[in-house]
Amino acid sequence: MRILSLAGRRLAASIPTLFLILIGVFLLLQLAPGDTVDALMAQMGGGDAATAQQLRKFYGLDLSVPAQLGNYLWHLVRLDLGFSSIYGKPVATVILERLPPTILLMTASLSFAFFFGLLFGVIAARGVNRWPDTLISTLGLIFYATPSFWFGLMAIVVFSVYLQWLPSGGFQDIGTVQTGVRGVLDIAAHLVLPTLTLGLIFLAIYLRIMRASMLEVLNLDFVRTARAKGLDETHVITRHVLRNALLPMVTLIGLQAGTMLGGSVVVESVFSLPGLGRLAYESVVQRDLNTLLGIVFVSALLVIVVNFVVDLLYARLDPRIAAEG
Amino acid sequence: MDAAKRYFRSPAAVIGLILLLLIVAMAVSASFLYPRDPLALAGRPLVWPFSNPRFLLGTDNSGRDIAAQIFYGARISLLIGGVATVIAILIGILVGAFAGYYGGWVDNVLMRITEAFQTLPNFVLLLVLVAVFGSTLTTVTIAVGVVSWPAPARLTRAEFLSLRNREFVQAGKTLGMKDLQLILGEILPNALPPVIVYASVVMAVAILLESALAFLRLSDPNVASWGNLIGLGRDVLRVQWYVSAIPGIAILVTVLAVSLVGQGLNDALNPRLKSR
Repeated sequence: MRILSLAGRRLAASIPTLFLILIGVFLLLQLAPGDTVDALMAQMGGGDAATAQQLRKFYGLDLSVPAQLGNYLWHLVRLDLGFSSIYGKPVATVILERLPPTILLMTASLSFAFFFGLLFGVIAARGVNRWPDTLISTLGLIFYATPSFWFGLMAIVVFSVYLQWLPSGGFQDIGTVQTGVRGVLDIAAHLVLPTLTLGLIFLAIYLRIMRASMLEVLNLDFVRTARAKGLDETHVITRHVLRNALLPMVTLIGLQAGTMLGGSVVVESVFSLPGLGRLAYESVVQRDLNTLLGIVFVSALLVIVVNFVVDLLYARLDPRIAAEG
Repeated sequence: MDAAKRYFRSPAAVIGLILLLLIVAMAVSASFLYPRDPLALAGRPLVWPFSNPRFLLGTDNSGRDIAAQIFYGARISLLIGGVATVIAILIGILVGAFAGYYGGWVDNVLMRITEAFQTLPNFVLLLVLVAVFGSTLTTVTIAVGVVSWPAPARLTRAEFLSLRNREFVQAGKTLGMKDLQLILGEILPNALPPVIVYASVVMAVAILLESALAFLRLSDPNVASWGNLIGLGRDVLRVQWYVSAIPGIAILVTVLAVSLVGQGLNDALNPRLKSR
């Protein structure tokens, strides 16, 4: 319970941050050329000034900026993100439709990066300064420098065009809509390349941190004690070192949540996945500022939620944190 | 000079420096080797690399020389990466120095703002900035700088927190030095080395951010940039994959070089940490 109240307090502290972001971006978007009504009129094929006036009144755009901001925040408290004139639906609905692929992609990439980062980090640390370490560290450096969208394109060339093993884009097979197990397998096949693409750079970061963290923990006294007790090396690593070395990795999940969400904008565009990131891109291109603001809100919220979960995980891994409170 | 000796003892750091110098040389020599506009038509479209001696790296979808675009692209990447990094580091130092030096409510306010910037995914903020201010070379560079400052700010603040109560600062205070003198003249020079090293990380990320933006066709379309070329090559990816492949390798090598140099500098300046 103590852990929960501690993490809960940090969650409460992030609410002002959320409002700061929203107010900042709202004011920023006031500077954008053209508003919702302009976008709407352009889509209708133009119209006279009187109609524009009427529409502005309807959307509350004729009010002063502070009044509009107040309106927006008041609606937001009731989870109303406004109306998207491009999609002709409430922004909340548009975003909710696009959220599942992004969440799926982020979870898959994170698991991939975390698991293999941990594995390679441990292997590298075990053979420090010998060839496995050199190989893994070099690969890590190269992965870190690889632009994700480029890796995605090259993966499409190899695995979709030449080998024809995997689909090159989309979330599901449109031709034959499948249900049940085959439907799940179909979505999984579509997500293999995006997951690898998004996860690659994080794999590089995780393995580097894991290696450094392992090396640090391996030098601590309790490890020597464990070895002196006569425990075999595997036991020392899995039961004693790993748990302590994991802490920086878990911290990193929280720190990188935002970067990952940003990365999914690019990856979803490469693989034409109908997710939140692609929606962000589309709303920039189509000047759908209401939706863009909604995405800003939801992505900040996602980052905050991930950090909340990380706090809980952290306290579970290291009971000392909960005890200190 | 110990640091320089230590730097050149690391093979990775030397390789990084050589690669970086090569890319700088490409950027400098671009207008001598390819005096014509890199975005002008040069020949038949989609000539494969190494098939025509006139176009060593082939031509793109609209018949522009890929090699010329790669050379001019080096300029754009280094320019945007460099200037954006300077902007990010300057804002970061300013915010971090004041927050760390004064503490109290100044620190509270500044850190809240930093936190807000860190909570919002930086690529999403970049999209918002481009949507609002448009995508010319100047706005994109400033936007990339503006989304990259929180990490250097936190680093500077941490340095200032540990330095502000040291004896030499106390001595300065006793001598009647003003706050600004103390911050800029006394503490900052001591806090600077780790921030400068971190600049390499900021630059690597800045180059990647700009190329991603260009790939999405949200960066300046009127300059020869590697990201633009990859985005263009996407239309002919299935057969002429080299149009996208070549500039991607250029980005990879540049980011790798910057990271290696940064790591080498870090190890050379903090020798105690090297054993990690």
